[in-house]
Amino acid sequence: MGRSLHGAPFRGVKQNAFKEHQTLQTVFWTFVTVGSPCQNNMLFKFKPEIPSSEITDEKLYNHRRQFLKAGALATIGGSLMPSSVLAAGRATFFKGPDDLTPYEVVTSYNNFYEFGTGKDEPKVKAARFKTDPWTVSIEGEVEKPKVWDLDELIDGFTTQEKVYRHRCVEGWSMVVPWNGFPLKDLITRLKPTSKAKFVEFTTLHDSRRMPGQLSQVLDWPYVEALRLDEAMNPLTLMVTGVYGKMLPPQNGAPIRLIIPWKYGFKGGKSIVKIRFTEKQPKTTWSQAIPREYGFYANVNPKVDHPRWTQAKERRLGEFTRRDTLMFNGYTAEVEKLYAGMDLRKNY
Amino acid sequence: MRLIPGLKIVAWTAALAPLALLLYQIYQFTLGLLILNDPVELIQHRTGISALILLFITLSITPLRRITGWNPLIKFRRLAGLFAFFYATLHAFSYFVFDHSMDFSSIWADVIEHPWVWVGFLAFLFLIPLALTSTTGWIRRMGGKNWTRLHKLIYLIAPMGVLHFIWLVKADVTEPVIYAVILAAILAARILIKPKTKSATAPIGRPTPRSTS
Repeated sequence: MGRSLHGAPFRGVKQNAFKEHQTLQTVFWTFVTVGSPCQNNMLFKFKPEIPSSEITDEKLYNHRRQFLKAGALATIGGSLMPSSVLAAGRATFFKGPDDLTPYEVVTSYNNFYEFGTGKDEPKVKAARFKTDPWTVSIEGEVEKPKVWDLDELIDGFTTQEKVYRHRCVEGWSMVVPWNGFPLKDLITRLKPTSKAKFVEFTTLHDSRRMPGQLSQVLDWPYVEALRLDEAMNPLTLMVTGVYGKMLPPQNGAPIRLIIPWKYGFKGGKSIVKIRFTEKQPKTTWSQAIPREYGFYANVNPKVDHPRWTQAKERRLGEFTRRDTLMFNGYTAEVEKLYAGMDLRKNY
Repeated sequence: MRLIPGLKIVAWTAALAPLALLLYQIYQFTLGLLILNDPVELIQHRTGISALILLFITLSITPLRRITGWNPLIKFRRLAGLFAFFYATLHAFSYFVFDHSMDFSSIWADVIEHPWVWVGFLAFLFLIPLALTSTTGWIRRMGGKNWTRLHKLIYLIAPMGVLHFIWLVKADVTEPVIYAVILAAILAARILIKPKTKSATAPIGRPTPRSTS
């Protein structure tokens, strides 16, 4: 069953993200398919072919700023969001199954301890966070380890908009239209050696820029990692934008990881280092509280967190809880990665 | 003497203010005029904190009375205690309704499995007899000594409330630890500051019921 939503004209609610797009006056169709049988509840937004008028001139790709701008253009589908998003900021007793979480909520409800442990802190404390210039060091089992300028590293990738459910280990969830490119494209470019079995992502460690790091709530820097085959899954996304806009610092600018079938903490933010390894890397939360957070952290309603159930979740803005889906609803795409594994042990 | 009734109005207003603000915010949210990231979390956090603060106020009445020597303070203890119960009830029901849709088997499974839930749940259950026996009639019926003994439960309930708060946070316990320190200070004051006069030890909300005897 596919639900298709026409790009209804935006009806002015205080949503700055849309105002900007509204001015572009682009007629566009967006299709959100939810729960189609072949996709097993997968949530995706498909864009029809981009009209030639919108195909961006190649020289625009020379600079990341422009790259991002172009990305926003390429995903102008986000300009005329389905009208369902408008309801998301209002009473939500009668909300549809997977409506987008409003931009304001996505960008002001953040677990980003580098900028404080309160969910509203990152937006305030990251307001002046500079992400240009930005380098990413590529290390470990790759053909050519190198410190890349971010613009060069992601040069040439076309951003896509992907609407994913985002499930936090704490029991809440959102639906977010991310802009980014599959991590597998980047990995292919970096050419890992045959020894590479894991990929590790390290967040910037600089307490002058990230004041939350002055407090030792976690062992900085924040490190997350994936098995190489998880990283190569087409769903795994390197994200540079949200809602067709540049990724705000509180969401992990300039570049972060999103793995939609795993709990949110797996998605490292403000990444400065990507390292390919033979052995399973030590990841921050699984080191901090091993009993509560494992390496895999797949969304799994049957495996509870020791302190709370994971069977249900609260979609932000809604009053009652809904059932959490196995692999956050992406079973068809990812279950083969875990064939034969005991997910109770490998939590 | 108009002072006490005036102060009672102030106390009622102050005690109801968190609820009024909360209802106003939720109302605005339902109209789409206010964006709340997580309205349920707001309800649960606000009612929980209000209950905890009112418990602390209840506990600090006696030390304050001993420090200031102003005995009419005791007239506000029952009010604070009952409002603590009121907010704890809202807190508990927001959990029953929003988190479990009043499904008792699911509530029970959650309570027995998770320490931070059962410590909060137990604290709420312990508050119930205290609220029920808070009337002057019950004080008389039970007798001052028994009544005082029962109401000593608050020394268990308040730390349980703080523990409930500490156990629920993921990593940064700063805020709940602040509450723990305040509670420790109140309890220390209770022990260290000895009553000056005999009457100051009276446990009863209204020491002299308005009977004609």
